[in-house]
Amino acid sequence: MKREKELLKGNYAIAQAAIEAGCQSYFGYPITPQSEIGEYMSSKMPELNRAYVAAESEVAAINMVLGAGSTGVKAMTSSSSCAVSLMQEGLSFIAGDEIPCVLVSVMRGGPGLGYIYASQGDYYQATKGGGNGDYKIVTYAPSSVQECVDLTYKCFYVSQKYRTPVCLLADGMIGQTMEPAVIGEYPYPEIDQSDWALDGAKNRKPRFIASIEREQETLRKRVVKIFEKYNKILENENIFEKYETEGAKLVITAFGSIARIAKAAVKKARKNGLKVGLLRPILLNPFPEKIVAEIAQKVDCILDIELNCGQMLNDIKASIASCATTIPVKFYGRPAGMMMTVEEIYKQIENCYKEIVEKKYGTACI
Amino acid sequence: MEQLVFKKPESIKDDFKISFCPGCDHGIAVRLVAEVLDELGVRENTIGIASVGCSVFSYDFFNVDIVESPHGRSMAVATGIKRSKPDKIVFTYQGDGDLASIGLGETIHAMTRGEKVTAICINNTTYGMTGGQAGPTTLLGQVTTTTTTGRKAELSGYPLKVSEILKEVDGTAYVARVTLDSPKAIMNAKNCIKKAFEAQIKGLGTGFVEILSTCPTNWKMTPQQAHERVRGEMSEVFKPGVYKDKVSEAQ
Amino acid sequence: MSVVIYRKNIKQVYFMGRIVLNREKCKACYLCIEACPNKVLDRDTEVNGLGYYPAKVVGNQNCVGCAMCARVCPDIAIEKVYR
Repeated sequence: MKREKELLKGNYAIAQAAIEAGCQSYFGYPITPQSEIGEYMSSKMPELNRAYVAAESEVAAINMVLGAGSTGVKAMTSSSSCAVSLMQEGLSFIAGDEIPCVLVSVMRGGPGLGYIYASQGDYYQATKGGGNGDYKIVTYAPSSVQECVDLTYKCFYVSQKYRTPVCLLADGMIGQTMEPAVIGEYPYPEIDQSDWALDGAKNRKPRFIASIEREQETLRKRVVKIFEKYNKILENENIFEKYETEGAKLVITAFGSIARIAKAAVKKARKNGLKVGLLRPILLNPFPEKIVAEIAQKVDCILDIELNCGQMLNDIKASIASCATTIPVKFYGRPAGMMMTVEEIYKQIENCYKEIVEKKYGTACI
Repeated sequence: MEQLVFKKPESIKDDFKISFCPGCDHGIAVRLVAEVLDELGVRENTIGIASVGCSVFSYDFFNVDIVESPHGRSMAVATGIKRSKPDKIVFTYQGDGDLASIGLGETIHAMTRGEKVTAICINNTTYGMTGGQAGPTTLLGQVTTTTTTGRKAELSGYPLKVSEILKEVDGTAYVARVTLDSPKAIMNAKNCIKKAFEAQIKGLGTGFVEILSTCPTNWKMTPQQAHERVRGEMSEVFKPGVYKDKVSEAQ
Repeated sequence: MSVVIYRKNIKQVYFMGRIVLNREKCKACYLCIEACPNKVLDRDTEVNGLGYYPAKVVGNQNCVGCAMCARVCPDIAIEKVYR
């Protein structure tokens, strides 16, 4: 197969990357702005003799993923906002069962039905979760179509390696954008699942996959073991982008689609002599506190920009508090899907700069 | 030489622990499923699904691979397994609260798709594990902890007849309702369960058996009285019989 | 269990039934007592480890090995039936 740059829509890129990654089973229910993923899978998966089921609901879809994942195959579903809400019970079970699977969540504006505009209002849903119990959904957020491909690969690898549900958190803009990208080969090694997956108790003792534990102590140990995995993931699988953070007085934090616009604003600010940088966490959960803390110790202000009312903001603040730094954290957000322009963000940068940085160093700083 | 005419099925673990209350028909149903798996020679190729309710402890006795399902979602989990591993024998073991109440959507849709799996439903007209509340199959007039003066139709509707619904679903290949109130009925139930597995093995569609079961603890009856109730008022509403049998037709 | 009878000096062997009951698995529902056509089983007067008065084999000599008791037992406490 040729590995050339193609003009790709984010949703199709995710779907084709999943197929390249060896996704054996896809289950889904249509919801805008991610319906193209299911449409693509419905024709490609049967061609490859893989499983595609149009589930009767998202509740059913996530539980089909649970069943498929329990046999050790690479299984995935994709959905959006209010429908991902329906999957929370299943996700809690999958996390407790330690079953690998990939969830693609293409955010729309909310709450409730909201509408199909690109939004980042589901940061909490993805990273804090609505399911019960102590667990995390490992979350990666792409900000380009190319990252849709690369992070889909990463999601499958991390889910298989650590036996945990992993979420690719895109939004309507990423899902619907068309831009050039290369669907390269799946770059990760295959992880053997045969020592735990269900395939019939032949010549071995039967296996039981469940989240239920009747003894207090074994339940505690199970949860502790699950959390040890998150620590390892943060240690080994963390990805983030730093742009012009060296020597910056002000650093913008942003993730996903809005980080691209923020990056353009940072470029403009640098051109105008403002010492501004950008930190874009790509692994959102477990949250890379240390990376944020490291930067916070070197700058005078952090400006968090999100397409919501301030969700990652709290993780940023907690990270800064964790290193006992007391720099101001400014926030500029806009809920329910209205995109920001480079100019708008640049204006925020200027304001922040004037208010905090210039006050501290005087205009000589510029 | 004397012959061994009955023994613990291979598909029941050697160190099994049947965790049901005394006299509960669940124990018989579990054994029948295990005997059928033995007789069909599929134990080592089978994946079972433990649903929420009294059946969640399936792993204490079934000697096969088992995955736990969230409440009501067993047929969706079964779909995921069967579509990913079509050569495996997949069965769910569910209560009526699981299959007919919270999971009715998953049940009907999986069966409409004709998923090649087998569903065993224990209908005991109550939520057993949580202490005997009214469920979808609770009979009119039946006293439970949430219908203390008996179930009234105007307040909580009518008992749901699952077999009658599922026989109308095009994807089902075998639908039967059986009882376990006598040795004869138990033999019949076993034959029906076997047919429900054959429906799957032969690729005809979904096999379904609804087992009218007892819950002596929550019915506040002796096991004998409970069986009397199954024979009496329960069988009047939930008529036992084979509702659909494409397995015999195919032979 | 077998019974040997000599009739006109010809040895004839008749097989009777026999059941093996694990009293520690029994939860005293007594469905087996009801099911047995030959009164092979009765209630024990001593409790088992689970705290129940389990069923007890009192008349294996009457057993025909029909396995009715084993079929109705919800706890697989009647582990084996011979004939």
